[in-house]
Amino acid sequence: MTGLAMPKPDAATLGRRAKIVADLALVVPGEGVVDTVTEMRAFESDGLTAYRQLPLVVVLPETVAQVSRILKYCNEHNIRVVPRGSGTSLSGGALPLEDAVLLVMSRFNRILEIDFPNRTVVAQPGVTNLGITHAVDQEGFYYAPDPSSQIACSIGGNVAENSGGVHCLKYGLTTNNVLGIEMVLMDGDVVRLGGRHLDPEGYDLLGVMTGSEGLLGVVTEVTVRILKKPETARALLIGFPTSEQGGQCVADIIGAGIIPGGMEMMDRPAIHAAEDFVHAGYPLDCEALLIVELDGPGVEVDHLIGLVEKIAVDNGSTTCRISQSEQERLTFWAGRKAAFPAVGRISPDYYCMDGTIPRKELPRVLAGMRELSQQYGLRVANVFHAGDGNLHPLILYDANVEGELDKAEAFGADILRLCVRVGGVLTGEHGVGVEKRDLMPEMFNQVDLDQQMRVKCAFDPNHLLNPGKVFPQLRRCAELGRMHVHRGQVAFPDIPRF
Amino acid sequence: MPTFTPAHAEDVLSTVQWAAAEAAPLEIVGHGSKRGIGRPAQTEHTLDLSKLVGVTLYEPEELVLSAKAGTPLAEIEVLLAENNQQLAFEPMDYGPLLGQAPGRGTIGGVLATNSSGPRRLKAGAARDHILGIHAVSGRGEAFKSGGRVVKNVTGYDMSKLMANSWGTLAVATDVTFKVLPTAETETTLAVRGLLDDNAAAAMALALGSSAEVSSAAHLPYPAVTRVVDGGLGSDAATLLRVEGFGPSVAYRIGKLKDLLKNAGPLEEVAGAASQALWRAVRDCMPFADGSETPVWRVSMAPADGHHVVMALRMQAAVEAFYDWQGGLIWLAMASGDPEAGLVRTLVRQFGGGHATLVRAAPAHRTAVPVFQPQPPALAALSARLKAEFDPKGILNPGRMMQAGVSANVDAAKEGAST
Repeated sequence: MTGLAMPKPDAATLGRRAKIVADLALVVPGEGVVDTVTEMRAFESDGLTAYRQLPLVVVLPETVAQVSRILKYCNEHNIRVVPRGSGTSLSGGALPLEDAVLLVMSRFNRILEIDFPNRTVVAQPGVTNLGITHAVDQEGFYYAPDPSSQIACSIGGNVAENSGGVHCLKYGLTTNNVLGIEMVLMDGDVVRLGGRHLDPEGYDLLGVMTGSEGLLGVVTEVTVRILKKPETARALLIGFPTSEQGGQCVADIIGAGIIPGGMEMMDRPAIHAAEDFVHAGYPLDCEALLIVELDGPGVEVDHLIGLVEKIAVDNGSTTCRISQSEQERLTFWAGRKAAFPAVGRISPDYYCMDGTIPRKELPRVLAGMRELSQQYGLRVANVFHAGDGNLHPLILYDANVEGELDKAEAFGADILRLCVRVGGVLTGEHGVGVEKRDLMPEMFNQVDLDQQMRVKCAFDPNHLLNPGKVFPQLRRCAELGRMHVHRGQVAFPDIPRF
Repeated sequence: MPTFTPAHAEDVLSTVQWAAAEAAPLEIVGHGSKRGIGRPAQTEHTLDLSKLVGVTLYEPEELVLSAKAGTPLAEIEVLLAENNQQLAFEPMDYGPLLGQAPGRGTIGGVLATNSSGPRRLKAGAARDHILGIHAVSGRGEAFKSGGRVVKNVTGYDMSKLMANSWGTLAVATDVTFKVLPTAETETTLAVRGLLDDNAAAAMALALGSSAEVSSAAHLPYPAVTRVVDGGLGSDAATLLRVEGFGPSVAYRIGKLKDLLKNAGPLEEVAGAASQALWRAVRDCMPFADGSETPVWRVSMAPADGHHVVMALRMQAAVEAFYDWQGGLIWLAMASGDPEAGLVRTLVRQFGGGHATLVRAAPAHRTAVPVFQPQPPALAALSARLKAEFDPKGILNPGRMMQAGVSANVDAAKEGAST
């Protein structure tokens, strides 16, 4: 690990490893406990492969009762737990800890209920995102959030990360498409939040759980809303001489009251890398390439294509192609969808960032990135969920060159600082994890972070669930619980009546 | 009853700090348009946010609006309309139902109550559109969460925690919402004369089609006679709203007509008349009779709702109508007794959900839990959260759960193994 400080392993836990493994084997019999180094290697990392760590032991429960007993046992014995779905996190959310049980939910892989009249699917958390869509596909339905890892990532992990995708400007993030969950708290209590109905009662704990990165509870069941597939989808491929013009085109489309199903932008290095890889026919003489996808009834799509084409031309587009067939639409997307592996071809390694900015700041942020690129001596390619301002700069580096990973990480951190400075945020959809943990103070002061940690204290007061993630510094809940105001010591003891 | 009416966030902070130090309970109000919902409060002091006003940021092309919490909702809606934009979740106006003037309410109140309307079905509620907050916790600590961009997973989503917290965790001082374009036009297709179960089936069929229905309601007799000045007549009306660009709306209405051609007589309600109709559904106008007859707002899976109403009709004098494809059930208890036990038992029996007693005389709101009681483990978790944010219990004490009781526990589930 490159200088990433994780919580100090608990010597007592490490010393009791054999006993813990034996106890867990009683809870999850058969092959549900993995404790050999060779077998545990498969779990030492998630999608953020720069960091690796073998866990204390891996447990793969199959029932909610087992999850409850494991968490209760660990809570009572002061053992840390790291939950994991498919392990596709790009921020190290499922990075194991040396002294922590790795709780792998992949055996929870069944769809429990499909309800077309209510348009809901109840799935176990290990079902893949795409698995839900496949289960309802034959009836013409789908599950809207579509993170690019959807073939592998689990719906439980999507809840933990509040995953997005290219369609979320129109169809929302995971948090807008999940109706209910069942979860197990660190003390073993099983609670249900929401259900098949709209809006959970009481405090919106479902909203807080979604995107909590495995720090609050372990999801054991998910109820999602499914949608009828749009009748048609067509895309425009639009090239611009400058990123400013591309950005203005996006603003004008939204200003015209159009919310496209997807709206993606690529910069010159990304366009070239993608075109060299998949030969999608992208124009190579532009600085910004926009893919605008419109979906819905054919008559609506045709109407909007006309409007978008005019807006593109008015903004000085040099190319504007409209897909004439499903094949052509998929070709337009092929380059964008292959952008990451395409960049992987032109560089030994790349590091994917995930800031969000107010869209109007795009030219400023791209210019800032070019300066940083020169300063660090590393190339950067940009793909951008243009509709919602979510940037994915890909920093090109070579891990075999001494110090280059550190340089790439420093470059990435500077990009995120720039995002925050222009009114944006550290992460749009990949999560904080370990990757952006130490940057949290760029966005939040200590009081802000304390409030977040108080949520943690209500769910897991001993900080046993996924410690070392999200928060740059752990504060004891007892210390946080003290009131720091006292009678007669506040600023306005005799408060005026405003 | 001293009232604090701060005009600046710093004064909200100092007020709450003072209240925390003195352990002096505060009732948090905006315009007080929803003050009649919840257990009646008996607080010595009132923190009135109606002077904390002003839109601080509005960038239509970025789809974002920030305002101070006391800003009138009506003012924000006018500003958005000037730019052909809206709060897509269509916050309800509780004024008429609760015997008050219409058009009141603040943006902070919209968030605190997780307000929404008929478009909830497609577009979500306030919780789905809130992007960021500044707030003061019951500890007297000013904090922020979220931001001004629509895609953000940095830290816990504390903004959502404010939704439906009814001012019991923190006092929001600034809120930032996602805003969206207003549809170019809308048309409503009304299927007439359906019984509740057939209406549920018709709505499920429509929502399961690609016609992109944004709202679906069913008004049985007599509710149907009490909207838009009786303009719908007295036959039950099952309403399907289609919004969007003109050519698309025409096409999708045609598609729905074809789909439901054998369901019953079909009528089209276009443009402004359609809008007026959905405002009436949104604001629960069928029961806005100036009385204190108990009214329940029940949320269930859409196909389950009519079973509860059917069962309830056997045992109590009840009037009902449905929104959200049948999943939002408005119940008026004609006998004057809220029948809380009966209503909640039936909701649980027919698939689960939650029931809120949104209108009732203060005596009833004191005697029965206004908000849905929770199973013990969940109630305990909610109580721990409340204690973290408001350890002295100074923010709207007792409003969501009886003061002195640590949690709003569902007695029927007490002792149930979890």
